Amino acid sequence: MAEPTIDAGAGPVALRTSPLAHLEARMRAAAVTGARGVRLAEWPFITMVNLRVAPDSEAADRIEKTLGAPLPRQCGQTAVSGSHTLLWLGPDEWLVVSPAGGTSVAAELREALAGDPGSAVDVSANRTTLELSGAAARQVLEKGCPLDLHPRAFGPGRAVSTTVGPVAVLLWQVDEAPTYRLFPRSSFADYLARWLIDAMSEYRAPALP
Amino acid sequence: MLLITCPWCGPRDEAEYHYGGQAHVPYPGNTADLTDEEWAAYVFYRDNPKGPFAERWMHGTGCRRWFNVLRDTTTYEVLAAYRLDEPRPALPQAGGNR
Ligand SMILES: [Zn+2]
Repeated sequence: MAEPTIDAGAGPVALRTSPLAHLEARMRAAAVTGARGVRLAEWPFITMVNLRVAPDSEAADRIEKTLGAPLPRQCGQTAVSGSHTLLWLGPDEWLVVSPAGGTSVAAELREALAGDPGSAVDVSANRTTLELSGAAARQVLEKGCPLDLHPRAFGPGRAVSTTVGPVAVLLWQVDEAPTYRLFPRSSFADYLARWLIDAMSEYRAPALP
Repeated sequence: MLLITCPWCGPRDEAEYHYGGQAHVPYPGNTADLTDEEWAAYVFYRDNPKGPFAERWMHGTGCRRWFNVLRDTTTYEVLAAYRLDEPRPALPQAGGNR
């Protein structure tokens, strides 16, 4: 892979490279169409803020007002407010996911904390986002995810921390297509993307009877 | 493979957890007065029972919280899982509803 040439006049946004930029063409080529369709793409540079605060505190109330949505209180739950989605990470920990460039979220949350115990830290570079969608997407994940992803147990608006293959991910189902978003740590993203490309390949062929 | 029920996330594969050794080992209160032998007993010596054993586990790829598990070291049966701020539960009765 060629080293990016540094243009002294370009800003940080122009210079950044997403963890899976080098696999973009391979992910596109791996797409399967038809009844057993499945597609994979990176959704780079999403804004992610890690939020920690005691759920029964006044600071949590202020944060919920700032976000305009209640903090999910149970594993698997998510909440949506405008362009933000709140994912449960732990009993006093959440991930606030916003579109790329939404850099004011962390500052707004810190303002709402107002010095009370807790933290709001921009961790956008910690993970990248893989979007896996299509009729066969659940079958692809089921090859390496120990969770029950069947609609009776999992569905749109659910998000859990688990593993896919050997990689720890935050797994979020967005819609009924189904579309899943996987958040692996950046350094594991290359392995996970290749693992998924491999797992997708069998769906090019018709289903065996 | 053990199936361990995290107090916050529910039942998950053993591979999602880290083992943390014996639970309920209190930090000595009189650290300045301890002899080397007493320090060694606190740092290195642990029970090794045959049967129910209270131990610490951490849900590494889930909520990343520490909690306690009561596990039978002979049968590997997970008898109970409970939060750090909860007392060790009484042993389920043999032949009872496990
Ligand atoms: Zn957990």
